[in-house]
Amino acid sequence: MTIVVYIPTILRSLTNEQKRVEADGTNVLAIIDDLERQYPGIKPRLMLHDKLHRFINLYVNDNDIRFSGELETKVKSDDTIMILPAVAGG
Amino acid sequence: MLNLRSDLVEAMFQQAKQDYPIEACGLIAGCIGSNRPTRLIRMCNAAQSATEFYFDSSEQLQVWKTMEARGEEPLVIYHSHTKSSAYPSWEDVEYATEPNMHYVIISNDPHCQPALRSFRIQKGIIVEEAIKVLNFANTPAQTSTPITSSSCIKELP
Repeated sequence: MTIVVYIPTILRSLTNEQKRVEADGTNVLAIIDDLERQYPGIKPRLMLHDKLHRFINLYVNDNDIRFSGELETKVKSDDTIMILPAVAGG
Repeated sequence: MLNLRSDLVEAMFQQAKQDYPIEACGLIAGCIGSNRPTRLIRMCNAAQSATEFYFDSSEQLQVWKTMEARGEEPLVIYHSHTKSSAYPSWEDVEYATEPNMHYVIISNDPHCQPALRSFRIQKGIIVEEAIKVLNFANTPAQTSTPITSSSCIKELP
């Protein structure tokens, strides 16, 4: 199924400057894999060692997936995914 | 160079003082493409730490949506160092993923001067930039406290 994904500024060079793209999949990992097929190079910017990169926040319908099912979080039609750079430091 | 209104500078120092001994953090938004930071948004330091900070992810999402709806983008990300100089730590550098961002640091330590510095950080390379403080004495800072309601959030375009 097709899911709308909002891309942050920092990754738009990989999506032909599009901030709103579509991807197919039934969970977040499948969506990321489909994004990688369409926009090569985006997956390593989102994931490290099979986990969501700590520099990235990813939300399904406004819910941070770190507090739900991580990359296994299910998605369905009409869901939206938002990706933001995490802001942190010391 | 970072041009920053004096009321926004004052607001950052006030927050750093109020939040002490916790690191203060937040951002200043401006119209997309303007490179003119105008709206200061105080963020809660979810780490509640004197040595680190991170934006609460839910709060960040709401703030980013509001900026999107207003035609704004984050231009400055700021935080305080409570006991060290206003220079990026290695964690600051690690998380500095936006090459066009002005990363501003405020030091609470009176022995560390200057207390306000701004940096561009790209691929681990730190470049300090000058800050030009613009006189804005007669207008109060346009600030926003953390958003707790989604009622003001418009649909994304």
